Amino acid sequence: MTERSAATPPTPAPWGPLWPLARRVWSVVALPFMSIVLALLVGVLVMFFSQILAGQPVDPSLAVRAYQALIEGSFGNVDAIVNSWVQTAPLILGGLAVGLAFKAGLFNIGAQGQFLLGALGAVAVGVALKHAPVALALPAALLAGMVAGALWGFIPGALKAISGAHEVVTTIMLNYVALGVVAWAVSGPLDTPVSLEPLTDDVGNAALPILLGRNGHAGILVAFLAVAVVWWLLARTTLGFEIKTVGANPDAARYAGMHPRLLVAITMSLAGLLAGLSGATVLLGVTRNMQVPYSTTVGFDSIAVALLARSNPVGIIFAALLFGAMRAGAPLMSLRTLVPDQLIDVIQATILLFLVANIVIRRLFRLRGVEADIGSTDTITRSYGGEVAVR
Amino acid sequence: MTETTPPIGSDVPAAAPVIAPALEMRGITKRYPGVLANDHIDIDVRPGEIHALLGENGAGKTTLMNVLYGLARPDEGQILLDGQEVHIGGPSDAIDHGINMVHQHFMLIPVLSVVENIMLGDESMRGLVLLDSAEARRRIIDLARRFGFDIDPDVRVGSLSVGWQQRVEILKALYRDARILVLDEPTAVLTPQETDEIFAVLRRLASEGHSILFISHKLYEVLQIADRITVIRRGRVVGQRIPAETNEDELAELMVGRGVQLTVDRGESHPGAVTLTVDGLRVKGDRGHEAVRGVDFAIRAGEILGIAGVAGNGQDELVEAIIGLRKPSAGQVVLAGREVTGWSPRHMNEAGVAFVPADRHRFGIVASFPVSECLVLTDYYRAPYSAGIFRNDDAIEAAAERLTLEYDIRTPSVDVRADTLSGGNQQKLIVAREFARELKLLVLDQPTRGLDVGSIEFIHRQVVAKRDAGTAVLLVSAELDEVLEISDRIAVMFRGLIVAVLDGRTADKNEIGLLMATGGREAPAGGVTAA
Repeated sequence: MTERSAATPPTPAPWGPLWPLARRVWSVVALPFMSIVLALLVGVLVMFFSQILAGQPVDPSLAVRAYQALIEGSFGNVDAIVNSWVQTAPLILGGLAVGLAFKAGLFNIGAQGQFLLGALGAVAVGVALKHAPVALALPAALLAGMVAGALWGFIPGALKAISGAHEVVTTIMLNYVALGVVAWAVSGPLDTPVSLEPLTDDVGNAALPILLGRNGHAGILVAFLAVAVVWWLLARTTLGFEIKTVGANPDAARYAGMHPRLLVAITMSLAGLLAGLSGATVLLGVTRNMQVPYSTTVGFDSIAVALLARSNPVGIIFAALLFGAMRAGAPLMSLRTLVPDQLIDVIQATILLFLVANIVIRRLFRLRGVEADIGSTDTITRSYGGEVAVR
Repeated sequence: MTETTPPIGSDVPAAAPVIAPALEMRGITKRYPGVLANDHIDIDVRPGEIHALLGENGAGKTTLMNVLYGLARPDEGQILLDGQEVHIGGPSDAIDHGINMVHQHFMLIPVLSVVENIMLGDESMRGLVLLDSAEARRRIIDLARRFGFDIDPDVRVGSLSVGWQQRVEILKALYRDARILVLDEPTAVLTPQETDEIFAVLRRLASEGHSILFISHKLYEVLQIADRITVIRRGRVVGQRIPAETNEDELAELMVGRGVQLTVDRGESHPGAVTLTVDGLRVKGDRGHEAVRGVDFAIRAGEILGIAGVAGNGQDELVEAIIGLRKPSAGQVVLAGREVTGWSPRHMNEAGVAFVPADRHRFGIVASFPVSECLVLTDYYRAPYSAGIFRNDDAIEAAAERLTLEYDIRTPSVDVRADTLSGGNQQKLIVAREFARELKLLVLDQPTRGLDVGSIEFIHRQVVAKRDAGTAVLLVSAELDEVLEISDRIAVMFRGLIVAVLDGRTADKNEIGLLMATGGREAPAGGVTAA
């Protein structure tokens, strides 16, 4: 049939030198891409069957109109685009917080709590410095958010390092503690007498400046800066090398003279810092004060972002943009077609389901040769397998 | 379906009687990006035959078996059973056709009993939901009796020795009515005695008409067990022999493609000053028991001390305590006059100690890292590989390029994942990293386990070169031949104690074997405590 040569090229090269690159990119994005497409199709089914369940006449064009409105709401005009990025920025920072922990083999479910503490730290310092010069108030408030978040990450990190307490358990518990701390602070020491509801003062001069459109605050730049810093940390520093080694093979890390326990504590603190920064940018850039309950799901959505991006810092931008844009577009969708916002949650959850159960997608689309390992999924499976990796 | 002509170089022995093969693989070709893993391989196994497939790591044995088991789809070629072409889409197809595989790493669940493990995936049912374990149990006992394994069907698999676990795997295959049994490196984890026992079982199976495909890279083994031997190299069949008409040297040459020295030519050792002294060392094992119970020895510069012993007699704990991965509970380690007891691995590394671990996947490499990063795994924090907190990727890359050349690590580039390398090349990677600096002490734990002859020869040469450069070498190996081959002195370890120290050149294999098995010269075979 073919010539018997040991150097047979495996595939034709239709695009010349670009072909290997395209294959490489496809092998990385195939799974997330297919997961997204399938989840959108599941969204169509949900809309279709909800009409039947609700006893309404079935309108086959509903799904098309809903997705159209979703896209228009997120990218239809400059304001929409800016708003998408405002929704995206905290997800980028949160995604980095979860993704960095994944790199060290840790499952940080505590981004939510770290986010809340970050917002709390930012509002506390922001309100105190509301009349101070911007050049002092803003950096101080951001820093306070980062420190508070880092502390909330350090606690589970240290607990794991010292006693082996699993971070999945401790971070979930600390999420609840964070809710309590915020409720106490906002209804107690930070409460302003102006309103009857628990509500803090405005952060005044500590607010992030609006740079773009109606609400495009400088926190978006902060998020991109954080991506660059995390990428640099992982790719170009010895600490990043140590974090990745501990995550990939803690025994080899120990043999190589690294300190897995210390690295666990450091990584969780850095993760908390990033999630805290996320909370601080939302507070200083969007809400500018804090009320109870401070409703947000950024911390939990960040887990989905990190998984979809496989913890890759650059991938996290795209994953966060997907979820952020859907959040930004959802109001227009529900306004025009009466499809509720919750469809976004369904789609988001379905994406995750397909990612984690990736074997389904492999079989369905006969994806061979696409990247088999998903480090973050391994971490999750290990997390529930109970094997304590750090010694 | 055109008939393929036999490839050049496969001289089929004329003496072979003409029986329709139970299994025939014709012209199997499998390409992976950049690699031709199987290049028109033809192989057949007759009923009642033990056919050995011999080849180095990376020669394409595993790919061929994956094709047979439906785990990889061949690009070309056909599979015939009793002369009929079959299509194997997955392991369940293979099992339905009576092909069963016993993997190198057992696929058993330790907490389940023998019966439960064997039934797994093929449960006989009573009604819709009830397991019929009584019926299964009866069949298993029958099978075990027929093939001469005396096994308790209700014992938990986790409590069985490795040799017995392997028998459970074989029983599992027989339970599924396997006619063709594929064994992938079955003896890699066995002691010599267990190997003999498993060979007896295989012969029994063959005499009952089962066909056995035996994959190995151990020359003496295939000569001992096989009826026919097919040698593959770089994805091609390079020859077929029958044991009576060949020998180890010829097989090694076929397998490697050049003449191989099976034993390293080492000169006299010239021991210098004492480099390492271990005094009264006691070390606890993972389960809290005392794995090393007071061990003393010394190694001089330029000397190789081999530690012989059946795996699990405290050797791993001993070396881990010496290089700092485990804290000893008592005793002293002195390196070049300085006490280093309980030093961290990094301190030991900086003091001139190198370590080649027994479990290379656990300690030696990080599977998902590129080759270049694995090559600096212990040095990444030092100049020139880093400056302050910054990595110097150019220096890492340059060192990696140099080491892969110097140590003949076969890899398409230094940027590919370390786990894409064959086992032998992974081990060379570790050797390159550990050997490429001035050393006082070299600690080797099973340095050639699972490697092919070419890689073993290479690593042994490097070790002897280090010795001649004045390094003290501690070699732990469960392969008695390896210890005998390169050690200047041999210590025998038994149940956490060193029970004898012998001269490496005059030591007698049988004597050491007896010491390994019983711990004492006068002790009767069967084992008594060596205290």
